[in-house]
Amino acid sequence: MKILSVENLSRSFGGIKANDNISFTVDEGSILGIIGPNGAGKSTLFDLITGYTKADSGKVHFFEKNIFGLSPDKISNLGVGRTFQKLKPFADQTLLENVMIGAFVKEQNIKKARDKALEIIDFVDLIEKRHHFAKELSTGQRKRLEMARAMAIEPKLLLMDEVTGGVDQKTIPSLVELIKKLKKTGVTIITIEHNINIIMEISDNVLALDQGKSIAFGSPKEIQKNKVVIDSYLGTFDAA
Amino acid sequence: MTSEIILQAIVTGLMMGLIYALIAAGLSLIFGLMEIVNFAHGEHLMLSMFSSFWLWSLFGLDPIFSIPITILLMAFCGIITHYFLIRYILKAKMLIQICATFGLSIFIRSIAQLLWTPDFRNVDKPLLEGRLEIGSLFIGQPQLIASLVCLMAFIGLYLFVTKTETGLALQATAQDRHAAEILGIPSNKMFAIGWAIGLGCVGVAGGMMANYFFIFTDVGINFALFAFVAVALGGFGSIIGCLYAGIIIGLVESLGGLLIDPSFKLLYVFVIYLLVVIYKPQGLFGRY
Repeated sequence: MKILSVENLSRSFGGIKANDNISFTVDEGSILGIIGPNGAGKSTLFDLITGYTKADSGKVHFFEKNIFGLSPDKISNLGVGRTFQKLKPFADQTLLENVMIGAFVKEQNIKKARDKALEIIDFVDLIEKRHHFAKELSTGQRKRLEMARAMAIEPKLLLMDEVTGGVDQKTIPSLVELIKKLKKTGVTIITIEHNINIIMEISDNVLALDQGKSIAFGSPKEIQKNKVVIDSYLGTFDAA
Repeated sequence: MTSEIILQAIVTGLMMGLIYALIAAGLSLIFGLMEIVNFAHGEHLMLSMFSSFWLWSLFGLDPIFSIPITILLMAFCGIITHYFLIRYILKAKMLIQICATFGLSIFIRSIAQLLWTPDFRNVDKPLLEGRLEIGSLFIGQPQLIASLVCLMAFIGLYLFVTKTETGLALQATAQDRHAAEILGIPSNKMFAIGWAIGLGCVGVAGGMMANYFFIFTDVGINFALFAFVAVALGGFGSIIGCLYAGIIIGLVESLGGLLIDPSFKLLYVFVIYLLVVIYKPQGLFGRY
């Protein structure tokens, strides 16, 4: 079943087309990887899907529901979670409070929200840091915080923007494992990644963008062999 | 000068400081949430005092009993202010925001003068009157109760903001409204709640002060100035900072007036403000 259908989504900033007639679908329970050079429009695409930025035209359906033009909070309440490339933790609040704020979307009772938040914090392996302020956490830990916070809203679809970006090499494998673990819970994931090896390892499908346009969509193997993708992004990537 | 007089000034300063703190907390909450300075805060205080006055004058309700009504009226006023003015200027430039709330202050004061004239009024024979004598200390009963009610309201506000679901959502919106929206928190609703709570605080302070203060259309101006100083001193957006700052201002006003010269007591407060702006612009607990 298709969890997300995007049709001819476009957005311009002045004369620059950040997203130009982007179309793709995502199967429930799968991982879609999005690749593309800097400025390809990957994060803008997330902004348009989540209502963070209003699209100029196009259609976005979450399951059967048209979510085009809805506000971010309404889209979130339907079950679309998101993390940011430029991290946005609530810095003056503890890790536990950060996740509880997300948990309140589905659970109004404070004790239950707290229990749920602790469970998720344990899931992302940060339980010992639960009382630390978000501003005290390392970049890798803040990435996990954002994942935990997004998970707390019980998303059916989770959009993750460069989870492994800006973290040290040692931390990356554990974050990749976390994404795989998350997929096993049944959450559908769309992830933007610059690390092509990670994308090829975890994705069921890959969407390649360049200069705001969709240049390829298919399985990781198909993308690796796609000449347009190789020319514009992968370069000398070993397609074998 | 005896130690009794100094102690008297300290007690008076503390009581006034708690009232300043609650007024400033309302201002700080609104600023912390949407980074808009409510220059009509003093006029909102004036409205809350008139609310108490008219409830007493027209319906015979003593201010101590009309406090819940005044709080609700002011909270409603906050919601109206948000939906009819503030939400249209949220993304506007700071100068426009300043003009909007400053314009609102002139509008409210002018309407009040038109409706109620600039005459001074007071609640005659309120339930809270007289004074307590503790040793050599004289404490006005209305002032004491007003400051204690303000302290309780302040504690309630602090617990609400730090311990409840809505409070955490308010804090989240204050820190990053876009990140909060992605978590399903409607920022527009949070802003309206912020205004309701902010003016509700003013409702408590104004309602209690109606017991012993003259009520007139310009009454809020000095209180608003002190609230701005308290917010700057405590740190923009910091509620707990307002408590410390309110008390400091109350004490400086009271002790400065006693120890140096009463005619300059406003000056001492504003000297503090200038020192804060120069040496610690983020205030005692501020994050801006």
